[in-house]
Amino acid sequence: MAGSTGQGEAMQAAPDGAQPERAGLRQTTYLEAIREAMWEEMKTDPTVFIMGEDIGTYGGAFKITEGFLEEFGPDRVIDTPISEAAIVGAAIGAAHMGFKPIAEMQFIDFIAPAFDMIVNFAAKVRYRTGVGAPLVIRGPCGGGAHAGPFHSQNVESYFANVAGLKMVAPATARDAKGLLRAAIRDPDPVLFFEHKYLYRRIKEALPTDEEIVVPLGVARTHRPGSDLTVVTYGAMLYKAEEAARTISDEDGCELEILDLRTLRPLDTPSIVDSVRRTGRVLIVHEAPRFGGFAGEIAAQICEEAFEWLDAPIRRVTALDTPIPYSPPLEEHYLPQTDDIVSAARWLLAY
Amino acid sequence: MSSLNRHQLRELYRHLLLTRGLEERLERLWHDGRVSAPPIRSLGQEATGVGGAFALREGDWVAPSSRELGAVLVRGLAPREVLVRHLSMSGSPVGSSDQADRFTAPALGVLGPTGPLGTQLCVMNGVALGFRLRAEPRVCLAYLGDGASRTGAAHEGLNFAAVQGLPVLVLLVHNGWASGTRSDRQAAVTDWLDVAGAYGLPAESVDGNDVLQVYDSALRGVQRARRGEGPSLIVAETYRMQAHADDTGAQHDAEALEAWARRDPITGFESYLVETGFESRPSLAVLREGVRRELDLAVEEALGSVGTGLEKPAVPAVPGESEPTPWTRRPMVYPDLQTHESG
Repeated sequence: MAGSTGQGEAMQAAPDGAQPERAGLRQTTYLEAIREAMWEEMKTDPTVFIMGEDIGTYGGAFKITEGFLEEFGPDRVIDTPISEAAIVGAAIGAAHMGFKPIAEMQFIDFIAPAFDMIVNFAAKVRYRTGVGAPLVIRGPCGGGAHAGPFHSQNVESYFANVAGLKMVAPATARDAKGLLRAAIRDPDPVLFFEHKYLYRRIKEALPTDEEIVVPLGVARTHRPGSDLTVVTYGAMLYKAEEAARTISDEDGCELEILDLRTLRPLDTPSIVDSVRRTGRVLIVHEAPRFGGFAGEIAAQICEEAFEWLDAPIRRVTALDTPIPYSPPLEEHYLPQTDDIVSAARWLLAY
Repeated sequence: MSSLNRHQLRELYRHLLLTRGLEERLERLWHDGRVSAPPIRSLGQEATGVGGAFALREGDWVAPSSRELGAVLVRGLAPREVLVRHLSMSGSPVGSSDQADRFTAPALGVLGPTGPLGTQLCVMNGVALGFRLRAEPRVCLAYLGDGASRTGAAHEGLNFAAVQGLPVLVLLVHNGWASGTRSDRQAAVTDWLDVAGAYGLPAESVDGNDVLQVYDSALRGVQRARRGEGPSLIVAETYRMQAHADDTGAQHDAEALEAWARRDPITGFESYLVETGFESRPSLAVLREGVRRELDLAVEEALGSVGTGLEKPAVPAVPGESEPTPWTRRPMVYPDLQTHESG
C-alpha cells in the first residue's frame, strides 16, 4: 500500500481517534463496534437475531460473533448451511413475522448467490404488500488484504440500481456502530458493507455510557475545506485524508472531505452544498470505475450544481479488472493516495 | 372413506369449481381485452392447490405458485377480489403494485411468488423460524413445481428446512411440464420421491388429481410439523392440461391429454361424492349452479368497480354474509403483521 497507512498500523484519522482516554470512553476497533452494535441490540430487542455461516460455534470468520452463541443460544444465533439464498430468504420470512434478522455474508462477495432473494423478494416487499422487511444483510467488503478476486470485492453498484434497498458503508468505528444500530432498527432491507481492511486497524475512543445511533442517509463532513470537495466512503476515507494533508502541506490548499456513510438513500443535498462552496469535486471509491457509484454521484452533481462547477468532475477508482491476488498488482489496482493527490492537483490547477 | 363431514366435502367441491370457473372467466376477460395478461391456469391440477391448503388452519401460511389459485381461494381471497386485481381496479386487497397472479397477502397468510421460481420456500423457512422463535404451533405449506424444484434456491430451501427441522410442508407438484418443456427434459429422476432422500425428508406420493388423497396427505404433513417433528415432502402426481400461460399455444401431447382427461379431478370427486352417498347428481347440479351464479356476480361487481388502479386501493372489504363468517373469509390479525408495519 502506498502512503503511511501500512498494514498493522492502527489508523487514527477518525475524529474521535485523537481523544484521550477518560472515564466512560473505551478504545474500540471498527470490528468491536460492529460486534457491540449487534450485541446491544440483541440484548435490548428480543426480535433481533443473527444467521450466517460459521457465526455460532466458530464465532465467525473474523470472530465478530464470538461468544454470541453462548450468550443468546442457538435459536438466535443460527449456524446455517453454505446457502446464501436460503439465509437471505429466511431473513425475509422472519422479517415478515415481525423479527429483525441480521444475515451475515461471510465475505460480501458471497452475496451473489443471494442476488435474486435480495432484488426480487426483499427489495420489492414494501412495494408489493405495503409492509416492510426489516432485515440487515452485512458482511466484509473491500481489498487491501491480499485476498484475491473473490474475497475483496465491493458490491454496491450491483444493488445501486434496485429500488427498495438501503446501503451503508461506514468508515469509522463510531459510524460502524451507530449506523448498524440504525440499520437494525430500520423498517426496510439494509445492505451493510463493512470494510475488512478497517476491522482491526481503526480504533477510536467511543463512549460506553451513551447509545450511539447514526441516522441512515446523512453524510458527514470529515474534514472542512474550501478549495475542492472529495466525496468518498469506506476505507478510501483514509487515503483521501492523507491526500488532503499532503495538499495542505505542499500546496496550501484545503480539501473538504465528505464521507457519505450511507449510499442509499444518498445525501445529495450535502454533496451539492459542498460542491457549490468549493466549485471543484473529486469522487473517490474503491470499486471499479465503469458503472461505479461515482457515475451516479457525478450525474447528480451535474443536475444540481453544474453552474457552480469550475472544473470537470473527476473520479479516482479501482481499475476495470477483477481484483488481483498478487500484492503489488492489487496495490496497482486499488486507488492510492498518490492517485488522489495528482487528481486533486489537476483539478485545483484547472 | 374420508374423515371429512358433508359440509367440508362440499367446501372442497365448491373450491374446485370456483378455481376452474374463476380461471375460465379470467381467460374470457383476457380474450375480451379486459385483462392484460393471460391467466396461468391450473386446469387439471386444481386438486393440489385446493386439497393442500384445505389442510391448513387459521394462522398457518401458504406459498402458492402462480398455478395454485385454488390455495389462495381456500385461504379466503374472494373471487371478486381476484378479479378486481386482474382488472387493475382499485379496491384490490393486495394493493395495485403486485402482479395480478402473484398475490402476497400477509393478512391471509399468503406469500406469493416473484418471477424466478424456487425462492418462496427459502422465505417460508423464515416465516417458520418466526413461528418457532415465538413457540407458536403454526405451520407453513410451500408449493413447489417440478420445474421450480430444479433451481438452486429450491435446493437450498429444502436443505435449510430439513437441517433446521422447521414446521414446513413442501408439496411438490409434478404436473409433467415446466413452462413449455416436458419435465423429463428438466430432470433425470423418474420417481420424484427420490428428491426427498437427498435432504433426509420423510416423503409420500399421492394421486394429485384426487383431492381427498392430497388433503389427507397434506394433513399428515401439517400435523407432523405442528407437533414439532419437522418438515416433510409430498409428491403430487398430476398433469397440466393447458399450456403455460395461454390457451392458444400448441399443447402438447395429445395422448397424455386424453389419458389425463379421464382422471379429471372434478369429475372424479363428483363420482366419489355420489358413490358414497354424500351428494346426488341433482344436488351437485345445484352446487354447480350456485358457484356459477357466485362467479357471475363477482365478475359483474368487479367490472363495475370504480377506478383504474392508479389511486391508492381501499382497505380490503370483507364481503357481507348472512351466515356466520367462516374463518377463511375473515381478515386475520396477528402480532407479526402489525409490529413491523409502518409508513
